[in-house]
Amino acid sequence: MADAPTTEADGPTAPALDERAQQVLARLEAELGDALVEHGSALGDLVVRVRPDAWRRAAEACRQALDCDFLSFVSGIDWMPTPVVEEDAGGDTSSPVQPREMTFGVAGSAGRLQVFAHVESTYAPHWAVTLKTDVDEAAPRLESWVPVYAGADWHERETWEMYGVVFDGHPSLRHLYLPAEFEGHPLRKDFPLLARDVKPWPGLVDVEPMPGESEAGETAGEGEDAS
Amino acid sequence: MTTTPPRDIPEFDVDPTLYRHLADTQMNVELDTGDMILNIGPQHPATHGTLRLVVRLDGERVVAADPIIGYMHRGYEKLVEFRTYPQITTLINRIDWLSSFANEVPFIAAAERLMEIEAPPRAQWIRTTLTELSRIATFLLFLGEMGLQVGAITPAFYGFRDREYVLNLIEAVTGGRFHPNFNRIGGIKEDLPWGWIADCKQAMAKVLESCDTFEDLVVGNPIFEQRTRSIGIIPASVGASYGVSGSNLRASGVDWDLRRDGKPYLPYHELDWKVWTHPDGDSFARYWVRLQETRESARMVLQLVDGLPSGPIMAKVPRIIKVPAGEAWINTENPLGEMGYYVVSKGATGPFRVKIRSASFSNVSILPWVLRGVFVPDVITILASLYFILGDIDR
Amino acid sequence: MTDLLALDIGWGTTLGIKTLVVLGLVPMGALILGYTFLLKMMSHMQSRLGPMDPGGFHGWYQLVGDGIKFLQKEDIMPERADRRVFALAPAIVVLSTFLVFVVIPAGPRIKVADLDVGVFYALAVSSLSVIGVLMAGWASANKYALLGGLRAAAQLIAYELPLVLAVVGVVVQAGTMNLNEIVVFQRDAEIFGWGGIGFPLILTQFIGFALFMVATQAELTQPPFDMPVAESELVAGYMVEYTGFRFLFFFIGEFGTAFAFSGLAATLFLGGWAVPGVEGTAADVLGPIVLFAKVMFVAFLMFWARFTYPRLREDQLQALAWKWLIPIALVNILATGVLKVAF
Repeated sequence: MADAPTTEADGPTAPALDERAQQVLARLEAELGDALVEHGSALGDLVVRVRPDAWRRAAEACRQALDCDFLSFVSGIDWMPTPVVEEDAGGDTSSPVQPREMTFGVAGSAGRLQVFAHVESTYAPHWAVTLKTDVDEAAPRLESWVPVYAGADWHERETWEMYGVVFDGHPSLRHLYLPAEFEGHPLRKDFPLLARDVKPWPGLVDVEPMPGESEAGETAGEGEDAS
Repeated sequence: MTTTPPRDIPEFDVDPTLYRHLADTQMNVELDTGDMILNIGPQHPATHGTLRLVVRLDGERVVAADPIIGYMHRGYEKLVEFRTYPQITTLINRIDWLSSFANEVPFIAAAERLMEIEAPPRAQWIRTTLTELSRIATFLLFLGEMGLQVGAITPAFYGFRDREYVLNLIEAVTGGRFHPNFNRIGGIKEDLPWGWIADCKQAMAKVLESCDTFEDLVVGNPIFEQRTRSIGIIPASVGASYGVSGSNLRASGVDWDLRRDGKPYLPYHELDWKVWTHPDGDSFARYWVRLQETRESARMVLQLVDGLPSGPIMAKVPRIIKVPAGEAWINTENPLGEMGYYVVSKGATGPFRVKIRSASFSNVSILPWVLRGVFVPDVITILASLYFILGDIDR
Repeated sequence: MTDLLALDIGWGTTLGIKTLVVLGLVPMGALILGYTFLLKMMSHMQSRLGPMDPGGFHGWYQLVGDGIKFLQKEDIMPERADRRVFALAPAIVVLSTFLVFVVIPAGPRIKVADLDVGVFYALAVSSLSVIGVLMAGWASANKYALLGGLRAAAQLIAYELPLVLAVVGVVVQAGTMNLNEIVVFQRDAEIFGWGGIGFPLILTQFIGFALFMVATQAELTQPPFDMPVAESELVAGYMVEYTGFRFLFFFIGEFGTAFAFSGLAATLFLGGWAVPGVEGTAADVLGPIVLFAKVMFVAFLMFWARFTYPRLREDQLQALAWKWLIPIALVNILATGVLKVAF
């Protein structure tokens, strides 16, 4: 679906904003002004896209003006399409094709990488907002949310680890899940799912011979798996 | 209750190279009376799995703590990009494996909402029943094993014994004690077997009895109170900014339960139940809240099986499931806390991106803050009271 | 019938027999206590059965099999451990257990050593195990063991005091430190003129008994005082690097000491081998059985507390000892002294 910068529902069947979401939108627009680039609806919930230089300002607006004290998550989206296996590959998944034309989601996007976050309020039900912002693919940097929401610490570490987005002002941006020597950013779409490269899905299995069977009787295994 | 703020202690000097030469079990035993670095985990009975907690100790006091996770990272968010929706349901069972039915619910709800399909009422009520049964199963384990972490061996056995009743019920319906994989987009897989409702009522009676046992044996134990009161106090605002959710946040006095306050995803509004909170925010409060919630869930299950509507259990869904383009965020009150799925769909048979917001990830992220200035035994108590599952942290 | 115990068989043979008896009794005691209480009573309290297969009848052979299993295991010593200290530590712990057994009488003439300072000797020698524990914690070259050893040092030394002070009341009342004479005193004395059950000192020294039980629980590092061996934190604390027969020594030491302390408690407070009215050879035959029954009762109390309570934190433990137990013990001694003189 192409992203026309609409102010209403995104797409022919997506619902419009809930009443509460509209109130949240009104407050946010008052706080952020033109830093709020676009907004959309995810099943009636508010999704807004803000300018990258206003990322922390948006967080502060949410925390103070909107009473959104609960940080749900901070993560990223890579809008490059998922690699697909060609129809005529015959089940061989070792060389997928990477399509290049990108389509974007709710509230649009300026490029390939986006960082998005969700905050809620524990004071009032249905008072929540999803914030998105664009990140430059060549040099992904954003301000860190840690001074505003202390819990953003781990979420930003994960986003850096998985997408490569550097957060300025983060106390210690280091690997969270992966070993320290890991290279690459796995959740990017051009990072291959290694097991499928080395061992085509569903994978030929090394079969140990039954006691008594000769070694020559086993199926041809594909060496070690990449674990 | 007096709330003592954490001591003003210099932060852990976080140098990534520090970890490269720390072995997992043996370390240099330095004689100087300076700080000692202790590795708790990844193999340790108290960390509920492969969590590694590097603490810097001054005698028996923790100066700084740094959890290192990722030993169980399976790359769920990457895996789901290559699978169809029904295949993903199988995978996400295994995020929080103790209450695995509850993991499927938000994802299925997101897919159903995007497809604008509504599961029939009977299916929704059965889903709610099974979710609450998973909650009871998880909490019974917690009630037993927190006693174990604090040193009382016996509650753990009672917890496991009573949990068997609930697991037998889940197995009777779904065929699996731990990974039911029972939800389908549009409803559930099969209807309840004959006689299940009667068994369920008996089991709930036993669960309520068992909660009374735990109240006498553990909550009423003066040593348990001494070990858990005022230990690991999490103020509500700090907890919320870290994303601590579920019973942990309710134990800090925040009256917030997504079953009541979130977007309605299951028919909780048709039941008569209450949300339990506790003002203290310490480990005792977290235990107490979960005890009350277990009882509440048992009462809810009794209401659910009494009011179960009749009808089909599966809505009309196309054979090949293609979810229309759009984005959906559904978050639910899972036993461990708030679990949510942000599903980005582009109209294909599988999602484009799924962000899995797991409760334990945020619950554990508060450890460096809450562990400052506590004793080593209190570290164990706090870990036990926060109640995380490794699969939920690491995904 | 010839009086077996009055036979003159020379001191060498007597010494040999006594040594063998003590050497055999300690593991036997450990085994019986371990099986009855740790394996069976604990299991039944936790609504499970415990071992049922080994040996056919309710798994009585379990611990024997465990012992043999330990003996045939590989002897692993950590690379950076202090070899001699590491090897010596379990031996010292077990040594103190053997030495305590020496002085507990099982009948008027069934005793290994009849010391006039029996009580003093027993308490002094039981503290030797502290050194063994510290040695184990230090020599293991493991931070968890070190933490366990440090906790043990503080705890065991702190609880020596209530242990000793609790017994002082008994000594004051009985008027002697000789264990055999204390038993005889309990058998022969009368309560307000009635000699039906003798005068077990627990009746007046109930505070002392309670203190003794609490302090024993702490000396044995059993819950609620098992910080040094906190299973969910330190994974066996100071014993964590021990495997095979060295661990077996610690195990025997722990349960053997439990047996020994139960024996001491039974002797000092419950009347030991004495049954009022039974004297002479009959007492020699009945004595060990009676003592065994009383020991099992005391051990039952000890293990019951073990399975019920969570563990106290180190500072709470110390506070209990220094702020509560010792002052209570001192008051107990004061009261005993006053009442002894008054009556």
